[in-house]
Amino acid sequence: MIDSTYLYVVLLLLFIPVILAIIRIIKGPTAPDRVVGLDTVNTIVIVSMILFGAALREVIYIDVAIVYALLSFISTLFIAKYLEGGEF
Amino acid sequence: MIGWSDVLILIFLAIGVFFNFLAGVGLIRFPDVYTRLHAGTKCTTFGSIFLSLSVIFLGLKIWLAGDVNGSVLAFHTGAALVAILLTNPTGAHAIARAAHRSGVKPFGAVVDDLEKTPAKAKSSKKEVKK
Repeated sequence: MIDSTYLYVVLLLLFIPVILAIIRIIKGPTAPDRVVGLDTVNTIVIVSMILFGAALREVIYIDVAIVYALLSFISTLFIAKYLEGGEF
Repeated sequence: MIGWSDVLILIFLAIGVFFNFLAGVGLIRFPDVYTRLHAGTKCTTFGSIFLSLSVIFLGLKIWLAGDVNGSVLAFHTGAALVAILLTNPTGAHAIARAAHRSGVKPFGAVVDDLEKTPAKAKSSKKEVKK
């Protein structure tokens, strides 16, 4: 039987791409670069919530991950619309 | 004791972590908004598929071992995976279109074939309004 230690190790390893994406958010020369980094951080946070719920055997974290995915999608669409300069 | 299903789950976890790591490296190393978008979206989507599949297999295994909570874990992870698969490419397309229309050029590009498209769309919209 697999225990939760492997899932915690995977969660710690997922810190590395989050840190790299945050470096891109800080350094990014233009605004779309920062939006790309934010989108990557959002996706990795969703997967981390799923793995955390599997490690603790709690389903409520996975429900939170579903809601977070839809809300981050809406926020990405609105930021893109704002960068585009169009009317809503 | 590690059975073959545990080996499958560990392989899926390794593939998912590796592709998420590649997404971070691509965000740092690529020279351009569009190539960074290519790395940061496709690699995270692929890694998310494999990490979610490992959690789905873990839930099914808990279910087969006699605990009903494992089925809830598997099905809710499947719903979250469907949400990721629907929203991630759509958001990437919106970001790319916004970056192109806000005037960001591709790195080293000489000819931009899409440059006339927004002006044509805007003029046709005005004609419709008149």
